[in-house]
Amino acid sequence: MIKKVFYSKKAAPYVFILPFVLTIALFWIGPIVNGVLLSFQNVLQDEWTGLHNYKRLFTDAIFYKAVLNSVKYMIGTLVLLIPFPLLFATLLNSKLMKHPNVYKSIYFIPALTSVVVAGTVFRLMFGESDQALMNQVIGLFGHAPIRWLRRGDTAYFALLLLCCWRWTGVNIMYFLAGIQAIPTDLYEAAEIDGASKWQQFKSITVPLVKPTTVYVLTISIYAGLSMFLESFMLWKGNNSPNNIGLTIVGYLYRQGIEKRNMGYACAVGIVLLVMVMIVNLVQLKLTGTFDKEDE
Amino acid sequence: MARTAAVKAGSKTKHTIGGTIGLIVLFTILAILIIIPIYALFIASFKPGEQLLQYGLNLTLNFKEWSLSNYKLLFFGHHDYWIWFRNSMILTIITVIATLLVSAFVAYGFAAYDFKFKNVLFVLVLAIMSVPFEVIMLPLYKQMTDWGMMDNYAAIILPFMAHASTIFFFRQYLLGMPKSLIEAGRIDGATEYGIFFKLIVPIMKPAFAAMAILNGMNAWNNYMWPLLVIRSSDKYTLTLGLNTLINPYGDNYSLLISGAFFSIIPILILYVAFQKYFIEGMTAGAVKE
Repeated sequence: MIKKVFYSKKAAPYVFILPFVLTIALFWIGPIVNGVLLSFQNVLQDEWTGLHNYKRLFTDAIFYKAVLNSVKYMIGTLVLLIPFPLLFATLLNSKLMKHPNVYKSIYFIPALTSVVVAGTVFRLMFGESDQALMNQVIGLFGHAPIRWLRRGDTAYFALLLLCCWRWTGVNIMYFLAGIQAIPTDLYEAAEIDGASKWQQFKSITVPLVKPTTVYVLTISIYAGLSMFLESFMLWKGNNSPNNIGLTIVGYLYRQGIEKRNMGYACAVGIVLLVMVMIVNLVQLKLTGTFDKEDE
Repeated sequence: MARTAAVKAGSKTKHTIGGTIGLIVLFTILAILIIIPIYALFIASFKPGEQLLQYGLNLTLNFKEWSLSNYKLLFFGHHDYWIWFRNSMILTIITVIATLLVSAFVAYGFAAYDFKFKNVLFVLVLAIMSVPFEVIMLPLYKQMTDWGMMDNYAAIILPFMAHASTIFFFRQYLLGMPKSLIEAGRIDGATEYGIFFKLIVPIMKPAFAAMAILNGMNAWNNYMWPLLVIRSSDKYTLTLGLNTLINPYGDNYSLLISGAFFSIIPILILYVAFQKYFIEGMTAGAVKE
């Protein structure tokens, strides 16, 4: 009887999606619900504390610093990792460019490295010695060596450079895929009308590649706000001078794992989730993605 | 008339050649900038580890200082690198096989059938793709502790077997499959599961390749979750192990630098061989429908 039901066409779809439903329930929805519940508790004392964790969070100067760092980092990655890769993809796709595939393959290589290797390499490139690569570079311009990872502005630069190094190539690929989906006769028509390349880029490429841009924007917001390991590797752990490298997830890790304040750390996690959702909703609203789907 | 046309054509070619040179220069500079960190790592792997510790990474080439001692240490020295390497290899292979099979199984359910709650569940797939893992990381960690699954590879593999973005990719791929294939299978008397394993899995090879590469790379490079779950050093993966070497003691830095460079090699080889699938896998999400 059970066997018969199992093999019936009616039951089959549920059998197929069962692993997904189980995984989601056990490992995603369970933890999210649990995270919300824990955020109202003092886990070590095993007692409910109401909004205490949240109240504490909103008066916690270090948490604000972490939020500011994460938001600054996210904005930096958006400014650098959307317009430039889009422009590079357009130029790579141009008929004038020779052997674009060779270049594409090279640009993709950093994405193959783990954050441990990439972060260690950048930490050593931004070393304090005058022999370290970045100090050699500024030395060429007559600048004295800098302790890059001990100052807020230069540390920010190091983090952004690491991020750009790893993801420029991947974003170029995203945009290339988007650009190659645009019908070429649009460009031919524009050419006949005498539109310059820049006008074509502005009036054809940018608007028509928008679904790709929205996708890249969405994942960049997500990844930017939840960045942690890059900072963890640059400072050999979760402690940076004056918390210049502390991010929201860094604070979550510090509170939850290092200080064993599980409830407080879960509140940080919930705030992060809400932030990611709000920023993305605003972004999708502003880019008009919702309107399109209503049509 | 003919002459002016020729002159015009000439200036046009000049213009194009100028454009081509400009683009090649721009993209070559970009390529060099992108290669520099890897190149710096590569040449550093031939320099003494103490130098790295003292001066950081740079591009200075002083061949007199070069030696293979870091690689001698890597291949013949007394350390745990190859245990980590083996662990990463095992974990990566199991993760890839489990993730592909389970995700394809689920994706087929979404692509081939109409059933109650299908849309709700599919929206759930999309919603999960937009929740940062870091949000559930701590509750999941607590759960794994409560369930006694700490320090166990199962805790690393199980939560991600039905992998949302892999399911999404497979489903998109399967929507393009001919429904007649399923019908033919039914007429031949195959069960619903038989159809999946005998008829569908074989036609999914290109999709499997793209997702094998993507999931394999993620598993090989995974760091955050293993950092929380794995305790005993004999279970360390490559990323965890390499990270223990950043404390400058003994000849750690010599091993760190050659080991870090060597850890990229397996992926680099796969990349050179299956480039198309790498790019397809990683950019899969951006191409809708």
